[in-house]
Amino acid sequence: MVSSRTELGYDSKIEGEVIVSRRDAIINWVRTNSMWPMPMGLACCAIELMGSGGARFDIARFGAEVMRFSPRQADCMIVAGTVTYKMAPQVRRIYDQMSSPKWVIAMGACASTGGMYRSYATLQGVDRIVPVDVYVSGCPPRPEALLDGLMRLQDKVRHEPAAGKLFTA
Amino acid sequence: MSATVDVTSALQARFPQAAPRASLDHEAVNVPMGDVIAALQYLRDEFAFDVLTDLTAVDWSEAMAPRFTMVYHLFSSTRHVYVRIAADCASDTAPSAPTAIGLWAGANWLEREVFDMFGITFDGHPDQRRILMWDGYPHHPLRKDFPLAGIEAPLPDAEIVAETGMAANPVPLAGGPFVAHSGQINMAEAEPRAKDESWNERRPKPE
Ligand code: SF4
Repeated sequence: MVSSRTELGYDSKIEGEVIVSRRDAIINWVRTNSMWPMPMGLACCAIELMGSGGARFDIARFGAEVMRFSPRQADCMIVAGTVTYKMAPQVRRIYDQMSSPKWVIAMGACASTGGMYRSYATLQGVDRIVPVDVYVSGCPPRPEALLDGLMRLQDKVRHEPAAGKLFTA
Repeated sequence: MSATVDVTSALQARFPQAAPRASLDHEAVNVPMGDVIAALQYLRDEFAFDVLTDLTAVDWSEAMAPRFTMVYHLFSSTRHVYVRIAADCASDTAPSAPTAIGLWAGANWLEREVFDMFGITFDGHPDQRRILMWDGYPHHPLRKDFPLAGIEAPLPDAEIVAETGMAANPVPLAGGPFVAHSGQINMAEAEPRAKDESWNERRPKPE
């Protein structure tokens, strides 16, 4: 995280205006705490997703309350619900339209594995069409579980080699 | 109320080929496919069966002829009785039925569902498209010869397929179908479970 080496940060000549850190730390700190989800609410799990945005669970505590309904403004797709084959291309298309870097949370049994829908119409896990970072178990997962998933994703983002990718890619 | 006797005999008086149909609950009548719209209209106008509760079909399996039967459930909101009208489709390979949209506008989506799931086409339907499966899906899932796990089919979007390499695959049923054993006292044992555990994702189903 951000370094607090006092001899530099509080040098009297440049007092309070310079903080020394690593690029990764800064970039990841920013990304971690301003993750804007793309709510891909497809079925009942979406209700729990809405619940986690409400006052009781308050996803805003993690900086992720800014649900963007435009994929270009979102960086974390939360697939909440049953992905059918009819819907799968649209999910993938929205994922493609999100700008990098982007992450995916598969929320609930359906999004993760098809859940109880062992049927011809249901995609057996959204990871067949988009790369998933965090799977949240449950049917439906409680908002706490989603928040836990979000925290795990934040943990992952926090330790990504972000700068290397940023400046070489 | 003697409505039960009324309907069958009235239908038989008007449509000589109509025949009573075995039924465990409400009155049911078999009607030839050619008469079905006229019979439905007769019931709607003369007997106040004003609600089309449901419209569906039965697939009696490939070996049977006639293979497909259309089924209409009517309800009278003033007399509070139900009646079921069944009509066999003439063709087993390209089944069709006349549309009932002229009588009940609500038949539109129901007929699209029957078209999607059974492959029965509706003459005179203004918008014959699939409603549940995606356009271009080659199968009809509620036909008896369609396996529960599905059949591999191409996804509709070529661009996405190029990106993901995905197709609509048969699902691992892991011993399905899953059924709830209702009426069992022990609720823990009454939850949905596979009838047959002899195969799973790793071991294919023995044929
Ligand atoms: S996991 Fe359960 S709650 Fe979530 S979409 Fe599937 S069936 Fe609904």
